[in-house]
Amino acid sequence: MKTKNIIISGVGGQGIILASELLSLAAMRAGFDVKKSEVHGMSQRGGSVVSNVRFGEKVYSPLIEEGTADVILSFEKLETLRWIHFLNPSSGVCIVNDLEIIPVQVSPGKGEYPGDIMERLEKKASKVYLIDGVKYALQAGNPRTANTVLLGALSNFLPIEPEIWEETIKNRVPPNTIEANLKAFWLGRDLFKD
Amino acid sequence: MKMLLSGNEAVARGAWEGGVIVSAAYPGTPSTEILENLAKYEEVRAEWSPNEKVAFEVALGAAIGGARATVSMKHVGLNVAADPLMSSAYSGINAGFLIISADDPGMHSSQNEQDNRILAKFAKIPVLEPSDSQEAHDFAKIGFWISEEFDTPILLRLTTRISHTKCIVEVGEREEKGVKPYNKDIYKYILVPAHARKRHIVVEERLERLREFAEKTELNRIEWGNRDIGIVTSGIAYQYAKEIMPEASFLKLGFSWPTPIDLIKKFSSQVKKLYVVEELEPFIEDALRAAGLEVTGKEVVPRINELTPRRVRVALTGKELPHPEPEEVVSRPPVLCPGCPHMGIYWALRRLRATVMGDIGCYTLGFQEPLSAMDTCLEMGFSVSGAHGLEKAQGRKFAKKLVATIGDSTFLHSGVTGLMDVVYNKGTSTVIILDNRTTAMTGHQDHPATGKTAKGEPTKEIDFKKLAHAIGVEKVFEIDPHDLKMTRKVLKEAMELDEPTVVIAKRPCVLLKEEWKKLQARPKKKIIPEKCKGETCRNCFTIGCSAIYWKDGKAWINPLLCVGCDLCQQLCPFGAIVEDVKDEN
Repeated sequence: MKTKNIIISGVGGQGIILASELLSLAAMRAGFDVKKSEVHGMSQRGGSVVSNVRFGEKVYSPLIEEGTADVILSFEKLETLRWIHFLNPSSGVCIVNDLEIIPVQVSPGKGEYPGDIMERLEKKASKVYLIDGVKYALQAGNPRTANTVLLGALSNFLPIEPEIWEETIKNRVPPNTIEANLKAFWLGRDLFKD
Repeated sequence: MKMLLSGNEAVARGAWEGGVIVSAAYPGTPSTEILENLAKYEEVRAEWSPNEKVAFEVALGAAIGGARATVSMKHVGLNVAADPLMSSAYSGINAGFLIISADDPGMHSSQNEQDNRILAKFAKIPVLEPSDSQEAHDFAKIGFWISEEFDTPILLRLTTRISHTKCIVEVGEREEKGVKPYNKDIYKYILVPAHARKRHIVVEERLERLREFAEKTELNRIEWGNRDIGIVTSGIAYQYAKEIMPEASFLKLGFSWPTPIDLIKKFSSQVKKLYVVEELEPFIEDALRAAGLEVTGKEVVPRINELTPRRVRVALTGKELPHPEPEEVVSRPPVLCPGCPHMGIYWALRRLRATVMGDIGCYTLGFQEPLSAMDTCLEMGFSVSGAHGLEKAQGRKFAKKLVATIGDSTFLHSGVTGLMDVVYNKGTSTVIILDNRTTAMTGHQDHPATGKTAKGEPTKEIDFKKLAHAIGVEKVFEIDPHDLKMTRKVLKEAMELDEPTVVIAKRPCVLLKEEWKKLQARPKKKIIPEKCKGETCRNCFTIGCSAIYWKDGKAWINPLLCVGCDLCQQLCPFGAIVEDVKDEN
């Protein structure tokens, strides 16, 4: 199998590190070599955060090279666009949480939050999926499981069996949220049923 | 057993397995988690020290005292500890002593990108360079052995991408080493000139033996492939080069100083073209050139900024992979958290048009718009001593508008010595201690003024007010930086006094667990759109709170980010900001 390259992006405080941890643990449980890399430190709350996850038979570089990401999984719309040059131009897909967090840089007379993000993404990705993570998280019974909904959606593109995802989630999330997280995962996964 | 571990977690695990007993550190990205993880092991006496020099000396003292010891820090921390570093090479050790430095190529959270392999070479101690978490784990253990075998401190050099990358690690169990007897040896441990002259000879002889070791150790290995291209490499650069050119021949150096020149010559003689791929400085490359080898290195491999697979591909092949053009998007830099106590201080200093000497911490962000209240930020402690120097240059009148701002942890690290100097040399500086009760930027580590140790045990707590008085500062003010009016008034008064003053701005970091819980129970704020004057006012924007955003010509508060403090409310002249009380019905 060719090494799978996944970028997970969003805004500090959104739970990017936990999501990439779940993905890495699932890949490890499935028997793959895994590397995941991100930068922490500085007060990352409110700042742009990105995690690189790579898994396959043998992984050398922890960083994904420009033009080789199979999926960009993004918890915020603008943060998808920021990393778009890493996407594989012929086969890469974007899974985007339908959420806009306006940066402090956007204020009177300065930068603007772009209104045409989806159009710009569609020009560069082979496929873009926009998912209302919070809506399904509420269905799952816990608004904070939006990330798990998106991981569920992502799982359709990866060679990791759902049972392995379930075991990973059970082992890693706080015990009182296991049920909601499992539900959230399946809500996300079933979005691609047809 | 296999575990998914970051390089930092792996080093801690490896050191623990290797029988470490004493570990000391001062927090600094990307090194912090090493000590945090060591502190979790019952057998390890793990401590946060006030600064890296103290941490180094604690660990060195323990090693001389017969216990395997580690000191860990970020790259610039080793500058602070350079004095004991240089001397420890001469004294040698008793039990294994591992110096762990996490360098930060790319300066993700640092002020420079110094390459500490050079510092180790300067100090005449050996260097280990792991290239993933497994090696970080293994090298920590081997490091202790080398240290004892050659009676030398050893540098385990990590970089951000080693420290903060998680990989699968095969871990082992702890081998209990116990504490060796302490032996008084004045010829080794008292470096008066007569002794030190003899020790220098020992150091040079030891380096020669270490070079012989480097030639045959398995830490340096050849991976034969296609012999058209041979790549000498180390650390994370090995992974990038291997990714880009898996078919080439590799000489991977895990033990890069003293450099195994004979091994490299042997490798070089069997390949057509020789490359050195290394991050930052041409450290290995210089050794090769000095040995007269023809090599391609820094003319194609960038010296500035961290390496990436793309940069290594361009260096080795001259080409990039096809990829979409990057999009231009508005930046989203780190910001002070909503409710952060630092906002009030910098808001007031901006209004007072002060010259502000900043320091290292979250509060460095006070330089950013809209607070824009900082003139300098160079290294730990410069705010206080630098302000004194600036006063000496510009005179007392200038000093009336001059302040130093320094966090509680940074003040204890190296601000307190500067304050002694201000008092002793008759300065009139105003030193503002931003006391948020923690080392916040690195993720909340305790320090000598929090009342808790690295192991979570209660301990004595330094009282900043008493400390300032004891140093000789007579005027010490205490303020709550969330009271904007009072903050501005007190700062103005303190700055104008013709004597040294200390202002303690005390309020816990909003992200501290207990503070966060308290805040979550508070109602959020909201803006009544009909009352907001929008463009003509913008007062609430001057505080720089990231929960306030601009949309459709008015200010709004994001309820998900707001912590319910009243900083913005204090600033709104129209009473447009109110508590967002949920309708009970």
